[in-house]
This record gives sequence, structure tokens and C-alpha cells, in this order.
Amino acid sequence: MAHENEFVTIDRKIITRPFLFLLTVTIIGFVFIAIRYVKGIGAVSNLSDGYPWGIWIAYDVATGTAIACGGYAMAILIYITNKWKYHSLIRSALLTSLFGYGLAGLSVTIDLGRYWNLYNLFIPSRWQFNSVMFEVAMCVMAYTLVLFIEFLPAILEKIKGKDNRLSKLAAYIYPKLNNILIFFIVLGITLPTMHQSSLGSMMTIATHKLHPIWHTGFLPLLFLINCIYLGFAAVIFESILSSFGFNRKYEVNELSGLANIIPWLTVVWVSIRIGDLIYRKEISDAFSGDFYSVMFLIEFLLIFIGSIMLLNEKIRKSPRWLFITACLILFGGGLYRMNVYIIGFNPGYGWRYFPSFSEFMITLGIVAFEVLLYLIFVKMFPVLPSGHNTEVIVTEEVLEKSEKMAGRLEWQER
Amino acid sequence: MKKKSRREFLKTTAGLIAGTTVASVVNVEASEKNYTKDDAYSMLYDATLCVGCKACVSACKKTNGLPPVKGDFDKDGLWDAPKDLDSKTRTIIKLYKENEDNWSYVKQQCMHCAKPSCVSACPVKAMKQDENGVTFYNPDVCIGCRYCQVACPFNIPKFEWEKTFPKIVKCDMCKFTSLKSKGEPACTEVCPAKAVIFGKRKELLAIAKRRIKENPDNYINHIYGEHEAGGTNVIYLAAAQFEKLGFPKLDNESPATFTENIQHTVYKGFVAPVALYATLFFVAVKNREKREKDNERGDN
Ligand code: SF4
Ligand code: SF4
Ligand code: SF4
Repeated sequence: MAHENEFVTIDRKIITRPFLFLLTVTIIGFVFIAIRYVKGIGAVSNLSDGYPWGIWIAYDVATGTAIACGGYAMAILIYITNKWKYHSLIRSALLTSLFGYGLAGLSVTIDLGRYWNLYNLFIPSRWQFNSVMFEVAMCVMAYTLVLFIEFLPAILEKIKGKDNRLSKLAAYIYPKLNNILIFFIVLGITLPTMHQSSLGSMMTIATHKLHPIWHTGFLPLLFLINCIYLGFAAVIFESILSSFGFNRKYEVNELSGLANIIPWLTVVWVSIRIGDLIYRKEISDAFSGDFYSVMFLIEFLLIFIGSIMLLNEKIRKSPRWLFITACLILFGGGLYRMNVYIIGFNPGYGWRYFPSFSEFMITLGIVAFEVLLYLIFVKMFPVLPSGHNTEVIVTEEVLEKSEKMAGRLEWQER
Repeated sequence: MKKKSRREFLKTTAGLIAGTTVASVVNVEASEKNYTKDDAYSMLYDATLCVGCKACVSACKKTNGLPPVKGDFDKDGLWDAPKDLDSKTRTIIKLYKENEDNWSYVKQQCMHCAKPSCVSACPVKAMKQDENGVTFYNPDVCIGCRYCQVACPFNIPKFEWEKTFPKIVKCDMCKFTSLKSKGEPACTEVCPAKAVIFGKRKELLAIAKRRIKENPDNYINHIYGEHEAGGTNVIYLAAAQFEKLGFPKLDNESPATFTENIQHTVYKGFVAPVALYATLFFVAVKNREKREKDNERGDN
């Protein structure tokens, strides 16, 4: 489906200083993971019977997969609403999604107390359809696989260009895969719709433990919309950062298009959120000024300010401001999920949770690993847009503006 | 053109979302179903009768092979001193003290909910409810996800955090031990004051009601567990407010019902996901055709 020269491999050395830094963090993280497997979860974490889930679930899984929804959000935009001009951004979005989801899966296996029993999820007689966890587990696994298949063309393109036995096979598979890819692309939209909303349903069962500011029957809907705008924000974030890092042209035109969509989603989201709080008569709670209310207000303001800013065209056309607003949205939307999964979770008298050093290091290690893989992949496979996408209409004016802006920031100078 | 793309995008997203919206209008379909069973195995604990001897705690440990818990104060390991329910303690006697004259013992263990949230949450049927209403655990299939801990409104399931190969631990009414061999849980069997007794739910409820009626000054007029969380098979009588005794204030619906209503609305017969896939597929293919046509035109 793709034009073959739409994407390029970044032709740089793989081993660089950031690479080594990330590698170190990854290795430290994996040392702690090893300790967890030898000495048990209690030895490395502050988890307790009151707080059975900590940042491994709340951040790596519940928040991480939402930030990894770039591939999902872009797929809706490109294939469903037929905005082909964004197609050049799809591969890097898919790649970030693939690693985001893959490593969320890794976090789950670290968090699972009895991981060796995991095979039970594949035995139909053990399936428990009332369990939201079951739905999420199956769906996330399937989606990770789908993401891999969606990304496969990039790998095949690379291999078939070489001259060995594998390349023949790749050349044989490539067109065939391209023909049936649409089945997977659509699956890649259906599955996240299912499990991202289910990630919201997951916490509905904690009826009396999750603070009423967050506990509502609208959780699945809120989680779904939340992951779509987080997905777009993540694509903007990732694209600007990699343009900056690799000293490439900013995809300002496409990114400002994406940025234009975000406020419309957040407006719907915020309306549901506030409407629901009023309907359930919890709105005074939300503004009472206690700890929970403050967390709510931070989450709310980050999203609100970010969205208001994105309504301004100048901001949408500036790489720097796009980056800043994307960060606001990512932090706000991410905090919402953290609030639902741990911060707003109170199991009752006497229980406390703050992640331990090792918990942090494991999570950091996994995030570093994610970025590391990204850096390797964009240097090995055609992932980033080549700028040859014929359907992109880059006006002179925009180009000039963005270059001027970037020049002023000396971002290009590095 | 921007405007148009945005509108189209929103339209489609709205369509996507519509499916889940149905689910979010929860409680519309809230089943008024009553899950309690009259002949379920039950326990009645009467706090006014309990003498705090902890015979039940020690019997439970002995019968179910649970080790003692060393207290922080206890260097020599002379006491079994659990602070709370934990992975070595399926039941515990606590003391609620309002002042020197006003105090009450209280026993904690799994409430054996009529509609247990832990069972509803477990992805692999490691938590199960048997035909007698007893909720029990099967370590052979448990994956250790601890969703049961998140789901239980009473914080009952405990996890062996300190172990390399941990299990979940909770009261199972001695299903595989005392109940099986003697027809009665160990804790009710040993209780010298008959403060905790075993029987059918209907009978125990009748006893509880009679005690309140005969001695209204002795009790507050509330049988905890009669309705809480959709009804539990372990029920309580006490002289003090149950919240003060450490019980959560719950409504009469099981948390499991709330979540299952959402899940079932969305996934009933798997119709919605399949319909979603079909619709999206149709749209995506049409878009592809449109694009190919446009490309051809462009080439000419
Ligand atoms: S009290 Fe908790 S562990 Fe016991 S049956 Fe109810 S939900 Fe399950
Ligand atoms: S920890 Fe085990 S018993 Fe509890 S929900 Fe997970 S799989 Fe089920
Ligand atoms: S019923 Fe059995 S397992 Fe449960 S508290 Fe009593 S003795 Fe312990």
C-alpha cells in the first residue's frame, strides 16, 4: 500500500553517546528485574496487600499503552477518515506503538506473581469472560502481534534490497503481505478500541476504593477518548524529538494537522468528565482543595491549557510550541490514568504506597529499552518519512516559517 | 479543507465511540438479580459473645497449615502476632476500643460474598465459588495478577510478597480441610463461646434477627452482610457501628455487578466488536478504492 520511497532509513552510526546512556539504564533495570525473579516481588517493590498494583501496572501498562496509541490514532485518521497525507507518519507511530505495547507486556510478566501459569490464558476451559483482565490480556497480546505484522513491510523492504537467500523470500512475501495488510490494519483499530476502553472498565470493580472523582460508569469511554488524543500527542512528541535528534526537517504541516484534532477530542472528553461529576454530585469534591482534588485539578489544567493553546494557529505551526503543548497533553492525560490506577486508589485505613527505588529503576529500564530499540530500528529500517510523499502539500510559507523558527532556536545547528 | 478533515475525523471517532457509550450508560440494565442463596454455607459472628480468646485463629492456622507471624516487638519469636490478615493469617481477632468501657472484639475473614468480586475479576477461574456459596482458590491456575485483591471490597485476598513463588491466601471455609473431614470449619468448631457459628444462610439470618429482637439493647439494629455488596454468607452482629469495627460502608450491589453490566453490554455475544470490525473494514476498503481511482486519474 505504501510507496516504496515514502520512508527512509536513517544512515547514522548506531552506537552513539545517548545510545550508551540508554543501554546503561536498561542494564541497571534488568539487574533489578533479575533480583525480582530470584527474591520475589516483595524484595524489590513497595507493593502491599492494600496496594497490589503499583507503577508497573499504573504506568507501564495503563499509561504506557495509551501513550503508545499513536499507531492506533494515526490508523483511524489515515485509513478510516482517509487522510492519506498523514501516511508518512504511520511507520514511526507504529514502531513506537509496537515497543510501547511489547514492553508493557514485559512489565506484566514482571508484575505477575505466578507467571509460569500464564499458559492458562490459552486454555479455553479456563477463560473467564466476566473478567475485564481477561479481555485486556487477550486483546493486548493480539494487538502486539498485529502491530508487528503492520510493521513487517518496513523490515521486508530492507531485507529484499539485500542479496541473499532471505531477500528472495522477502521479495516473495512483500507484495502478498501488502495485499492482505488491510485486514490487519482494521484489526489494529478494532483491538485498541476494545482494550483501551476495557482498561477503564478494569477499575470500575474497585467501587469503594477508587475515589468518586474518578470512579464512574463512564471510565471506559473516557479511557478510549483519552488514548486517542494521547496517541496524537505522542506522535507529535516523537516526531519533533526525532527530527531534532537526527537533524531533519520538522514535519510541521502534518503535525499541525494532528494538533488541530486534539482540542476537539479533549473538549468532548472534558465535557463528559465535568458533566458526569455534576450528575453524580461529586463536583464539589473535585474542587474541595484536598489531595485528591488537587490531583484532579492538575490533570484537568494540563489538558485544558494544552488544548486552549493548540487552538492558536501560530502555536500549531511552531515546532517548539507544538512540542510543549504535546508535553502538556501527555502529562495531563497520563496523570489521569495514574490517578485512576493508583493515586485515586485508596484501599482503606492504614495502607500507603510510594514506589521503591527498584520499582522506579525497573520502569526506567524498560522505558530506556524502548527508546533504545527505537533508535536502533530507525537506523536499520525505513521508518521515518523521506519527505517524498507526493500528497503532502508543503507551502513555501510554512517551510520558511518553520526553518526560521528552528534556526532561531538553533535546533538545526547540532 | 482542514475544517472538513476535522469534521470527518470527529464523525468517525464519534461512531467508534458510540459503541462504548452504550456501555457507559451503566445501570440502565442493572440486574435486580438476587444472588444470595438460602442454603448457602454460612457463618454468623456475634461480637457481643466473643471473649477474644483467639482459639479460632490458632485452630485456623493449625488446620490449614499456616505458620505463625512474628511481631516487630518480639525478638525471640514467642508469639504468633499478626497485625492484620496476611498471607499467613486467614482469620484474625481485632479489638475495637472507643474508650475504657466501650470496646468490642471483631473477627475478620473472607465474607464469602454471594456475588464475589474476586471471582468475577479473576481472568483464569483461579478464584471460584462452589455450589454451597464457598469462595475458594486454586493456585494451580492462578497467574498472580492480583486483580482479585484490587476487586475485593473487604481487602481479603492476601499475597505472599516475600516469596519467590508466591500464592494468594484467603479463607475458604476450610473447604479442603475441616469442612471436608468434620462438616464444619475449624474456627466455628473450636469457638468456646459459640460467638461464631456455622450453618445455612437462612437459618443463621433467622437466628441473628431473633437475637436482635429478643435483646434490642444489646445490639445495633443491623446485620452486616445481609445486604452489603449484594449479600455475604458471613454475617455479623455487634453492639457498635460496623464502620467503627473496620467494616467498609458498602451499598447493596456487588461491585462485580457494576462491572459485569458494562462488560456484558459491550461484549454480549461478541456482536459489537465484530460489527465494529466489519464497519471499519468496509470504510477502509472503500477509502482504498477511492485513493486508487484518484491516483489513476492523477497519472493520466
Ligand atoms: S470477601 Fe473478598 S475474597 Fe471473600 S468472597 Fe468476597 S470478594 Fe471474594
Ligand atoms: S491473582 Fe490469581 S486468583 Fe487473583 S485474580 Fe489473579 S489469577 Fe485470579
Ligand atoms: S473457615 Fe476455616 S479458613 Fe476460614 S477463618 Fe475459619 S478456620 Fe480459617
